[in-house]
Amino acid sequence: MSTEVKETEAAPQGTERRLNMIEAINDALDVTMARDPDVVVMGEDVGYFGGVFRCTAGLQEKYGKTRVFDTPISECGIIAVAVGMGAYGLRPVPEIQFADYIYPGLDQLISEAARLRYRSAGEYIAPMTVRSPFGGGIFGGQTHSQSPEAIFTHVSGLKTVIPATPYDAKGLLISCIEDNDPVIFFEPKRIYNGPFSGYYDKPVQPWKKFDASVVPEGHYTIPLGKARHVTEGEQLTILAYGTMVHVVEAVCKEKGVEADILDLRTLVPLDIEAIEASVERTGRCLIVHEATRTSGFGAELSALVTERCFYHLEAPVERVTGFDTPYPHSLEWAYFPGPIRIGGAIDKILSE
Amino acid sequence: MADRPEGSAAKGDNRPTLSLHVPEPKFRPGDTVDFSHIDVPEAGSMARPDETCDPAEMRDMAYGLVRVLGEDDKAHGAWDPKLDPDTLRAMLGHMAMTRAFDERMFRGQRQGKTSFYMKCTGEEATSVSASMALAADDMVFPSYRQQGILIQRGYPLIEMINQIYSNKGDKLKGRQLPIMYSSREHSFFTISGNLATQTPQAVGWAMASAMKGDSRITATWVGEGSTAEGDFHSACTFATVYNAPVILNVVNNQWAISSFSGFAGAERTTFAARALGYGLAGLRVDGNDPLACYAAEQWAANRARANAGPTLIEFFTYRAEGHSTSDDPSGYRSAQERSEWPLGDPVMRLKNHLIAIGEWDEERQEKMDLEAAEHVKKVTKEAEANGILGHGLHHPFRTMFEDVFEKLPWHLKEQSEQAIHERETKFPGGLDL
Repeated sequence: MSTEVKETEAAPQGTERRLNMIEAINDALDVTMARDPDVVVMGEDVGYFGGVFRCTAGLQEKYGKTRVFDTPISECGIIAVAVGMGAYGLRPVPEIQFADYIYPGLDQLISEAARLRYRSAGEYIAPMTVRSPFGGGIFGGQTHSQSPEAIFTHVSGLKTVIPATPYDAKGLLISCIEDNDPVIFFEPKRIYNGPFSGYYDKPVQPWKKFDASVVPEGHYTIPLGKARHVTEGEQLTILAYGTMVHVVEAVCKEKGVEADILDLRTLVPLDIEAIEASVERTGRCLIVHEATRTSGFGAELSALVTERCFYHLEAPVERVTGFDTPYPHSLEWAYFPGPIRIGGAIDKILSE
Repeated sequence: MADRPEGSAAKGDNRPTLSLHVPEPKFRPGDTVDFSHIDVPEAGSMARPDETCDPAEMRDMAYGLVRVLGEDDKAHGAWDPKLDPDTLRAMLGHMAMTRAFDERMFRGQRQGKTSFYMKCTGEEATSVSASMALAADDMVFPSYRQQGILIQRGYPLIEMINQIYSNKGDKLKGRQLPIMYSSREHSFFTISGNLATQTPQAVGWAMASAMKGDSRITATWVGEGSTAEGDFHSACTFATVYNAPVILNVVNNQWAISSFSGFAGAERTTFAARALGYGLAGLRVDGNDPLACYAAEQWAANRARANAGPTLIEFFTYRAEGHSTSDDPSGYRSAQERSEWPLGDPVMRLKNHLIAIGEWDEERQEKMDLEAAEHVKKVTKEAEANGILGHGLHHPFRTMFEDVFEKLPWHLKEQSEQAIHERETKFPGGLDL
């Protein structure tokens, strides 16, 4: 487990809970709602039904309809009322049912939530955490599979956070909710139930088989802006987040490559120190994300590594990404940056 | 290329040819203006429904026009808010101050003291009178033409001018376009500059107030042109779904820069009638009648406070000046419109009313106008000591990077150092960095 993790309340002795990512997210919401009466949860189908992915299950029953409620199908409206609630002093946690649905709310996120503190010189803030499942690999077609994180990392005033394990999902989500800036919290829905090796034709391994599913009860936080060392290695650095963390780990294991894999966890603010330290040591850097390639967050990472670690590099920085097409339904696995694409890039970077 | 050449139909198709309607205002520059098509009901002729009534029982309110001040300058009918003379004089004073402020700031922009200004001439009642009907701690989410609210709420003029000049006294640190004020202390939300975004935010604030069992309500203002934005639809939907204690004020001043209200749908129906489809209470009000504006806002505030639901108010008014300092209205509309506007001028109407009831006279009016102009002039001078736009008396460079986030992340720290370095290069050993 990462050494940065500060457990503010120790888990009860002798109990070891193993949760999947959905349960961990639900637990984070439960813990923060219990501690802070200003935390409210809203979104399409999140109330009585508990969310289409069940992340808010049981919360309305426990905290009542004024703190956990369904909303109209209006992402613009959901983000906008969260801005108003934040200005009042609440700490809203709106859910956008799929990241692909977030675009009608973009003006309210980009021009409003992200700008309130700046334009009012701190008089008004938008302390909201927008939760949204993102990424593909579940046969969601082009409107239920996208990874739009780079749209948000491009916006000044927004933080973008993406967990890759149940333990991180809980600790990071609590940090986000307690943060006084607006945060986009993208949940990699492919790994809600178990990590993904990249082999879609192999059965899913449930989270409970992995130690990262051990989720303490009660309150703990993982600071934003701190990457997680997934594996340590000297051959190359691999920067990834979300689902791809597990895919690159599986590929490296399969190929017998000793990679320094960093799970970035937070894209803004980015853990640049961890990235620099790793690349300076290995001299090689591979960046992997599922989102489309052009102007993706990988381009930013590539530029940063080149600008800051150039004289340590022994090979050009490589990117492995989704293709610059919409996410195709039937050809989903041809789009997905799977083991072949990643393996090829590793071979290339190691041969230079 | 179009599917089919213009005017052609598929073979054997006897369906009629379609044509597109593009709205056109009745009058363009040089045209003689005749507003006789505007239906102006007699003052006092509209019934006043109970504040808790079902929106379905007051549908006619969305098509009529609530008017209190008649041709005789007296107050008439059930909507007369029966304000005492001191309150009426205070209202007149705020409106006169707003007008004096607008005159001075407009001139300041023309003199190169700032980049931009917007007057609210002719629309003063829609902010001043409406604001007076609210409690001082009711939250307001204004658009950009409600300076009257700040003046009515006693926000210091010098703060407004500092903001307009983006000078070192500007508490918004010179970050916002002039007139995009913010004052949490005065329950005045930070003005966006993007249109209609504040309307659903106001609903969210009202929902929060209701969720917390608070007693404060919310009012928001939006122009008729930007009711076309999706945000307005979101606001109406959330307001009605959650029965939020909010007042949605639509200021129909007939013009959105150069586009007349027809481009927001005014050729077909009223803006107050938007309320009906949502099941909101809708009121259409003479926006140049300060007493009607007060009475309507008070009605809606009472309704919201009684948990009886939100109200959509259309203030039917006229934008007597250009949209801002950046446009010349003589290029797109007839100059006669202002003088021919059938609902008159709100300041004149209130003044005449006070005179008609024996509580005011021309002499006092003149004195008040003069004092307002002099006060604004004096405060403007004070503000100018803090600098005017582009003359160096702005906030230190490092402030550019503050408030993007609560804490400065590494990338902004690096960029801040870069900016300070550039400043030092340009002005060695110079000003506050």
